[in-house]
Amino acid sequence: MRTLLVIAWLLLSLPAWAHKPSDSYLSLAVQRDHIEGQWDIALRDLDNAIGLDSDGSGEITWGEVRNKHDEIVSYALSHLDLSAGEQPCKAQVLEQLIDHHTDGAYSVLRFRSECEGPIDRLRADYRLLFDIDAQHKGLLRLTQGGQTITAIFSRDSPAQEFSVAERSRWTESMQFIREGTWHIWLGFDHVLFLLALLLPAVLVRVEGHWQAVTDFSAVWWNVIKIVTAFTLAHSLTLSLAALDVVRLPSRLVESTIAASVVLAGLGNLFPMMTSRRWMIAFGFGLIHGFGFAAVLTDLGLPQNSLLLSLISFNVGVEIGQLAIVAAFLPLAYALRRSWSYPRLVLAGGSLAVIAIALVWFTERAFDLQLFPL
Amino acid sequence: MIIKRVLRTLRHPRHPESSAMIRFRYLTVLVVLGWFTLNQIGTAFPEPYRPTDDAQVLERLSFKASDPIAREFEVLRNDLRRNPSNLASAVKLATRYIEQGRAEGDPRFLGQAQAVLSPWWNEPAPPPAALLLRATIRQNAHEFDQALTDLDQVLGLQPTNAQAWLTKASILQVQARYDDARRACQRLARLAASHVLLGCLSDIAGVTGQSEKGQELLRQTLANPALSGRERIWIATMSAETAARTGAIREAEQYFGEAFKVGIKDQYLLSAYADYLLDQRRYEGVISLLQSETRADGLLLRLTLAERALQMPSADHHQAELAARFAASRERRTTVHVREEARFTLALLRDTQRALPLAQANWSVQREPADARILLECALADKNRAAAQPVLDWLNRNHVEDFRLRQLAKQIQDTTF
Repeated sequence: MRTLLVIAWLLLSLPAWAHKPSDSYLSLAVQRDHIEGQWDIALRDLDNAIGLDSDGSGEITWGEVRNKHDEIVSYALSHLDLSAGEQPCKAQVLEQLIDHHTDGAYSVLRFRSECEGPIDRLRADYRLLFDIDAQHKGLLRLTQGGQTITAIFSRDSPAQEFSVAERSRWTESMQFIREGTWHIWLGFDHVLFLLALLLPAVLVRVEGHWQAVTDFSAVWWNVIKIVTAFTLAHSLTLSLAALDVVRLPSRLVESTIAASVVLAGLGNLFPMMTSRRWMIAFGFGLIHGFGFAAVLTDLGLPQNSLLLSLISFNVGVEIGQLAIVAAFLPLAYALRRSWSYPRLVLAGGSLAVIAIALVWFTERAFDLQLFPL
Repeated sequence: MIIKRVLRTLRHPRHPESSAMIRFRYLTVLVVLGWFTLNQIGTAFPEPYRPTDDAQVLERLSFKASDPIAREFEVLRNDLRRNPSNLASAVKLATRYIEQGRAEGDPRFLGQAQAVLSPWWNEPAPPPAALLLRATIRQNAHEFDQALTDLDQVLGLQPTNAQAWLTKASILQVQARYDDARRACQRLARLAASHVLLGCLSDIAGVTGQSEKGQELLRQTLANPALSGRERIWIATMSAETAARTGAIREAEQYFGEAFKVGIKDQYLLSAYADYLLDQRRYEGVISLLQSETRADGLLLRLTLAERALQMPSADHHQAELAARFAASRERRTTVHVREEARFTLALLRDTQRALPLAQANWSVQREPADARILLECALADKNRAAAQPVLDWLNRNHVEDFRLRQLAKQIQDTTF
């Protein structure tokens, strides 16, 4: 008792805590009839709840986490109920990864929750850890129709209900156009792929040498063919994936996209099919479409305006793409006769593209983190 | 050089076969070079990943299963599990959790203490032992008024509860209600050991213009060999801070030395000494003191301030880390760190416009010399005398002895904004 006496006094003046209190991070992307979720739960909290440190060493290793995978999954899923209207949704964990937040390592559970029908009212009943740590909070990010809602679950408000899809078609489709445009700009791999294909568009191959194209119409047609082929191909696969007709594993998609960028760069250094680059654009465009679809899924597709959102997103992607072409083409056309264009811009640019894409490829294909965090 | 040769071979393929080979070789070299260059750049967005090695350590826990402290917790938890509605077991475990939270600076333990008390938490009239712990947990969450209500409820039932009087005094002092705080301390006279009473009174005396008297009493207390280690740290740190505030630098150094001699690691002592060193511009001292203390936000803040002053490259990385932690706190809408965040925003981000409202919000909750200082510094930096007025009033009303606060106040009053 005597120590506590003093401690009570000192607690007040503690120079801020070592870390924040316990939180979990729950992201839900609402689709037509299912939810794609990611749930980050601190390993320290899981250890408190179900015990992860099997060998009692005071350290939690990846092996210990992996061995407890089933227990972690069933503990987590039994403390979160999602339901659409009155119908409960059934969740299934797809994979477990690791991430680091400011206060340590977290288990990342990626899951998919199937609901009986279209979701227009989502109820989330969150009960994780409140029985062990009364100050625990669940920080929710709910995305649907390109819009994000945040909410906090706490012991005093463990259940919350969200009405989904109550916005006008116009705002919704504008939102998707914006997201599509942004994605092309932020999705650096698509930009690089397109640029790699467009770099030689202002040149023509004559007897093993690059020469500047003389008239603009040839350049113009060249670019039109490439851009159209890329657009057609990715629109096709984007639609198929968004409508759930075809589903490819994301690791395959992401590594193939990286590989396509490498090949596009190599194609400029070892020109073989200079006049048929549109075919490359089409072929790899198919795989880039799957990449776009993953983004669209993260945004949460509204169930009642699926097609509209899909088209809007695609329109956004095209706007972003045209902006890149519009910025690139006049510059390239003006520079095409200069000494540096084939040497520095084409060869140097392609080499840089290849180097970057190779890093991506190794990271994605072998699931490595080449860059230390 | 390499680029030139590659380009030359790309341009003049005289011998088609061999040049293709050379081209390929140089290409490989270039790609590898580029790859290594890129490796140095690093990605901006960390992403969830799958570790490749089972032996990779992801997290370090507070203790091993074989540590005595872990066993102790296990016993207490089992007691409670057998009989979850047993108040005595719950109070014992919750008390242990709070002590552990204090020792490690880990707020998770306070959440756990609260969970242990949950059968009584929402009752209209919880038993005094549970109320007392609820007050401690609420005080820690800076819910001072609620904590005071709890304590008054305890004291209504048990007017001789020393713990409740001391906790009440400490909250009242933080709220700058010094007369009330002094009265609460005086109730300890016949209820607790004399050094607890003296510590309680001297801490208040130290800020209200009677530091000399307070210091004299503390000096006598420190001579008492019966003090426990934590109590000695408490009293020595208090003396050191009071001495530093009145400009008695040598004395302050001696008291800090005495507190460190106890040999128990104490977060508050570390931060108080770091602040003292920062004021003396002894930045190397701060760095060797806090180098390995990057977990506690408050200590990391002081370390970063010293690193920034010495223009060390590690300051950038630590500053980014602090920014991320404050952002994470805001995301969960916790407002316990506002004093540190104001100091961070002013001294490291140098964003006076954002720092001032933080310092003001902090002052509306707690009013210790450190809170006064950050508000004065923000007001001065923002050239806003009105914002400083509450602190100036507080200084004069209570005859606060703190030469740095007096200097700042004078600067603000002398400057024509």
